Amino acid sequence: MKIVVCIKQVPDTKGGVKFNPDGTLDRAAMLAIMNPDDKAGLEAALRIKDETGAEVTVVTMGLPKAEDALREALAMGADKAVLVTDRCLGGADTWATSSTVAAALKMMEYDLIITGRQAIDGDTAQVGPQIAEHLGLPVISYAEGLTIEGDSVIVKRQYEDRYHEIKAKMPCLVTALSELNVPRYMTPGGIFDAYDEKEVTVWSRADLGENLRDEDMGLAGSPTKIAKASDKVRKGAGEKVVLDPTESVAYIMGKLKEKHVI
Amino acid sequence: MNRMNLEEYKGVYIYAQQVDNELSSIAFELIGKGKELAKDLGTDVTAVLLGYQVKGLADQLAEYGADRVIVVDDKELEVYRTEPYAHALSCVINEYKPDIMLVGATAIGRDLGPTVSARVHTGLTADCTVLEIGDFPLNPMPGKEQKHNQLLMTRPAFGGNTIATIACPDNRPQMATVRPGVMQKLEPVKGAKAEIIDYNPGFVPNDRYVEILNIIKQTKTTENIMDAKILVSGGRGVGSAENFQMLQELADVLGGTVSCSRAVVENGWKPVDLQVGQTGKTVRPLLYFAIGISGAIQHVAGMEESDIVIAINKDEDAPIFDVADYGIVGDLNKIVPALTAQLKAELNK
Repeated sequence: MKIVVCIKQVPDTKGGVKFNPDGTLDRAAMLAIMNPDDKAGLEAALRIKDETGAEVTVVTMGLPKAEDALREALAMGADKAVLVTDRCLGGADTWATSSTVAAALKMMEYDLIITGRQAIDGDTAQVGPQIAEHLGLPVISYAEGLTIEGDSVIVKRQYEDRYHEIKAKMPCLVTALSELNVPRYMTPGGIFDAYDEKEVTVWSRADLGENLRDEDMGLAGSPTKIAKASDKVRKGAGEKVVLDPTESVAYIMGKLKEKHVI
Repeated sequence: MNRMNLEEYKGVYIYAQQVDNELSSIAFELIGKGKELAKDLGTDVTAVLLGYQVKGLADQLAEYGADRVIVVDDKELEVYRTEPYAHALSCVINEYKPDIMLVGATAIGRDLGPTVSARVHTGLTADCTVLEIGDFPLNPMPGKEQKHNQLLMTRPAFGGNTIATIACPDNRPQMATVRPGVMQKLEPVKGAKAEIIDYNPGFVPNDRYVEILNIIKQTKTTENIMDAKILVSGGRGVGSAENFQMLQELADVLGGTVSCSRAVVENGWKPVDLQVGQTGKTVRPLLYFAIGISGAIQHVAGMEESDIVIAINKDEDAPIFDVADYGIVGDLNKIVPALTAQLKAELNK
């Protein structure tokens, strides 16, 4: 069985966020980590590998430095890694990103594709289902449980107030929630293998050939365009008072009456 | 990319989500917003209702302002599954050619929206909090056509650190998913009627029609904090699960609901359904008490649209004071019970 896990290197949003003059994100200026939902997806794949001996390949599209995220995945136990990187692929929205990743997947063998539900930089949750659409595969989003049964997957699919237990025939695509599992750490042996034994295959736009149309990639191939991006404008601070408890209560009561709450 | 004749695409369409043949609140919220956009564009609002034996729900959509309801009623649509629903909505889009298509950013909409947008080859902007009609680019730029009457979609990104406004100038429909609880429903008009259109594109099951083995409902023991007019919200500073009783008593006397920050959920003091913030729910009550909440950016992202924010915190440098209309630096353990007692006395007069 062959599993491909799509991962993304993302800026750690706990740090500061920086922009290029054109309003797109300046990823080069921020700390980078493997996206948490993707890491859960990778862990799910590695658990299937532990049980069945499946082959796990990780793929990412990004800047050359996204290789770091692939090496981390190899150190966790993935077998192969593919980095899709080319300047002409930059500035892609979810349509162009999913078209590009789908083009790379067309050149690989898979029974199961796993992506994270969403990335912490964009939070869109769109690329997984859109890849499935470009490949004509069944998609099951929001997986909080995943097992293999013969030629099918059984997924616990989360909704707001329920979950569905869904059976889908492979090949199919599943998007993973962080709740799916607790990802393993890299091992010292794994880190050694990741850098000395295993290789990261690098594909440029040319390698994707006719699997990707020029009009479907990069900034120009993105239907959505950024009109404006900025640091969030916050609601201004109002009054702040330091009072003893009795005065505090009188102060709040006054405001509630003034605003006709009571 | 100009393969579409953009002029053919007209009208504001909303996806009227139903679960168990009951319309979700987001359907009415989208109609409310859709009416505003339609007014600016001189057009009307069509609700797209997908399901099995759901036609009876159309009148409710009319009462909340839908001018037209397209109903796709088929046994394949009995329970939500990506493929038959995406097929139905894509066929409606290809047949009726909406200018704008709004979908709720729910666990269904965030699966249906991306699948449909890829199928009809258009852009999709996720989790919008502001929608308006305007020009793109926002300001005229030399050598570039400025398009008018575009849908400008604003959304938070990067963990709530930033906001971006997105347009979809060259593809139709302009698609957005919209966060539940952000847009306002209209007051329903009893007896209002909409034009009803029955449409069925036909369904041919294949491997993409996945099999649902089981549906397990998780019983809700808590109220929906997104519907509350008054929220009494507590954070780590409340100190313990037991201390939340103080907040409950304050909420009870005001007819409000208790909610909380992420730290409270992580400590196991309250269930996740009550969590406000980036990873919880977006709320916009008339009155929001932030009690013992420091005001991390992720929390603020979920409550800053509240009409009035009253913060009580012993740390005078807590960032919550930057978004509070009225901030009180003090001991919540003393202030909250005294406030509850005072309110009881006042309201029982």
